[in-house]
Amino acid sequence: MKATIPGLLLLAALALLPAVSGEYYVNLGSQMLIAVIFASSLNLLVGYAGLTSLGHAAYLGLSAYIAAWLALRLGLGHAMAAPLTLLATTAIGGIFGWIALRASGLSFLMLTLALSQVVWGLAYRWTSVTNGDNGLSGLTRPAPFGIDMENSNAYYWFVLSITAVVLVVVGRLVNSPFGASLRGTRDQARRMSSLGYNVWAIRWCAFVGASFVGAVAGLLYVYFHKYVHPSVLSVTASAEVLLSVIAGGAGTLAGPAVGAVLVVLLKNYASGYVERWNMLLGAVFVFIVLVMPHGIVPGARSLLARLKEKRA
Amino acid sequence: MTAALEIKGLRKSFGGIAVTQDVSLTMQPGERRLVIGPNGAGKTTLFGLISGEIRPDAGSIRIFGEDVTKLPVRARARCGLARTYQIITLFPKDTLAHNVVLGLLALLPLRLDARTDLSRHAALHDRAVQLLDGVGLAGKALHRVCDVSYGEQRRVELALGLAQQPRLLLLDEPLAGLSQDERVVVQRLIAQVPRETAILMIEHDMDVALEFAEQITVLHYGQVIVEGDRRTVVDHPRTREIYLGH
Amino acid sequence: MQFWLTQTLNSLALGGLLLLLSSGFALIFGLMRIANLTHGALFMIGAYVAASVARAGWGFAMAVVLAGLATAAIGGLFERLVLRRLAGNAQAQVLATLGLSFIAADLCLVLWGGDPIPVSPPAFLSGPASLFGFSFPSYRLAVIAVALVAAVVLYLLLERTRLGARIRAGVDDMPMARAVGIRASALFTSVFCLGAMLAGLGGAFGGPMLSAYPGLDADMLPLALIVVILGGVGSLMGTFIASFIIGFVYTFGTALVPDLAYVILFLPMILVLAFRPTGLLGGARA
Repeated sequence: MKATIPGLLLLAALALLPAVSGEYYVNLGSQMLIAVIFASSLNLLVGYAGLTSLGHAAYLGLSAYIAAWLALRLGLGHAMAAPLTLLATTAIGGIFGWIALRASGLSFLMLTLALSQVVWGLAYRWTSVTNGDNGLSGLTRPAPFGIDMENSNAYYWFVLSITAVVLVVVGRLVNSPFGASLRGTRDQARRMSSLGYNVWAIRWCAFVGASFVGAVAGLLYVYFHKYVHPSVLSVTASAEVLLSVIAGGAGTLAGPAVGAVLVVLLKNYASGYVERWNMLLGAVFVFIVLVMPHGIVPGARSLLARLKEKRA
Repeated sequence: MTAALEIKGLRKSFGGIAVTQDVSLTMQPGERRLVIGPNGAGKTTLFGLISGEIRPDAGSIRIFGEDVTKLPVRARARCGLARTYQIITLFPKDTLAHNVVLGLLALLPLRLDARTDLSRHAALHDRAVQLLDGVGLAGKALHRVCDVSYGEQRRVELALGLAQQPRLLLLDEPLAGLSQDERVVVQRLIAQVPRETAILMIEHDMDVALEFAEQITVLHYGQVIVEGDRRTVVDHPRTREIYLGH
Repeated sequence: MQFWLTQTLNSLALGGLLLLLSSGFALIFGLMRIANLTHGALFMIGAYVAASVARAGWGFAMAVVLAGLATAAIGGLFERLVLRRLAGNAQAQVLATLGLSFIAADLCLVLWGGDPIPVSPPAFLSGPASLFGFSFPSYRLAVIAVALVAAVVLYLLLERTRLGARIRAGVDDMPMARAVGIRASALFTSVFCLGAMLAGLGGAFGGPMLSAYPGLDADMLPLALIVVILGGVGSLMGTFIASFIIGFVYTFGTALVPDLAYVILFLPMILVLAFRPTGLLGGARA
């Protein structure tokens, strides 16, 4: 892979974060990485399959809630709870995908929103299971190989390694034959059918993959916060991750990462200086869309290309 | 010998308009057949019915003996069917080679691979370049479709159509919009298509078409009016009546 | 009996509000293929503006008018300054309308604070009315009447005026409409203003029923989307019928099975879409 050396360098640099900064920044780093995983999962749908979803928060939320419930109500240990959570969430993703893919375009968007709203509504109202507006708390972090993850640095490295794995896997998928066929269905679905591809099945697989990676983000999220609240399933949450993907640059590997980091930064810093950071977030996105309609990463690339041309 | 294509009593209406009326047609393997008719005669609809993008109201379609009438579009490629489009539908931001690779990949188990890098599969890439060479575009294999000329894109359409070594190829106005020189090039390429592939072509340019065709079907208002070899059709009074000339 | 009648009335009234909200969304999407995700926020702005104007003592009628004008202006400016530049890039448009909805929602928080603002209906409508021996809040009856009037006006606008003819032509076939000389850019701005105004009016009329509160936008937007998809894109009659269907489903659902309200609301839509992707009456591609 062409990006291997810079990638490894970046990984090394990121791994050094705990050595150069305090707990606050390390935790911020963990949050950013979780957001990067989540945005990358949605990018499979939005960027590579060409399917815009406004209900992706469902998979992060379902995963978080299921993990919490398995631990708190059934008392399962992490070794059991984590795989079960991923399995359950991905299975639901498969069912939701089947439903949503009955349509396309606006109807698809609407179905994804509707499905995630149903989950949100259940999280709010089914208080006997989800504790409603109070959320579920009292969770613990896993301790793989006996390493104590309650320590921020340890958890950060854990999240960093998972992020690296996710990005490598997603990168591979996107450049693989399957990835090529996925992009084909995005660009010329009709042609792909006549060539012999099963367009529906390809899209469904992308949907399932996206929900799986979203579920991974959900697990890391709930371990980090040790708490989950219905707001994690809201339309706003789905909108934020969609914004990160599009603003960063859908259909690129780096785009969603850039977008996710931007959102987390804005949330954390702007709220310190600006009372209403949502407004700032919205303004930033409208600005990006006017200046770089395809997102930051493609925009930056074409800017660089133009600068190179001018010099040549 | 099993017919390459056997259509019986095909019917299709949109709203109240009968676009295809009781069309029957048989093609032998390797045959070169032309479908002609004035605008609105139902030629492209016929192609849509054969490829599966349009469902018939009645009638049957068999490709090399297999009844494909109820099969979805994607399944027909496996029966040896390929088609090109009147309006170019390539993958614009991808290279010419990648376009052809997508065609090659479609029927291979490799298409399910989600782990290995596609660019490592040299054999696939080489075969794609070979096919592009067949249409005289090997030199531009790494150019993006959006960066090559219209005439070259038409040739890529042809290469994509041939990528899967189809037994039945539907060419929908392959010469549309081409300059005189480009026409000659594409015409020659079509003539060079291997004999194993039966070709059903829609075309308006009569000189070119008549030179190509062994058999001709004339459609008018969705019905087959005249059918037969070149001589038969050209001399037929109804053909002259309906449509002959540019 | 009173319960059922009251809930029926509430359903019709909510349906009326949804009609105002959704017809605007449907017009914008039908003509410009833009899923205006700011629509919920426009409804909320309408509610807040009307609430403020009413509290300032200018009267309910003035409140409604100013709310409509305010949202129309916001819509028009947004269309001209932002959306116009993004024609053809659907993802960018989604980003833009989402971004604006975030801005609008926070702006409302800044201007009006975090507490819900109750809105009083106009004095002559604040008491109960008596029909067939049962009593109903007369305001809700008025909302139903307003929605029906609006539906008729909208219908006449689309079917009997030149603007309407141009809109219908554009919805059917934009390239062709352009080819016969219809000026797309002016039309787009007009329709976006009209759609935004309808949402604002919906919010203004909705004030006495729902109050103006933060989060009203996030509550209303999914409802608008459901109505439009259920009714079928491109069909005003579909939007009309679906508005009242959803009004009923939501009202009775919340009254009878509050815990499952969201499931009740979205389930029929999911079922309809799963088996009839073009919606109940729609023919147009969504």
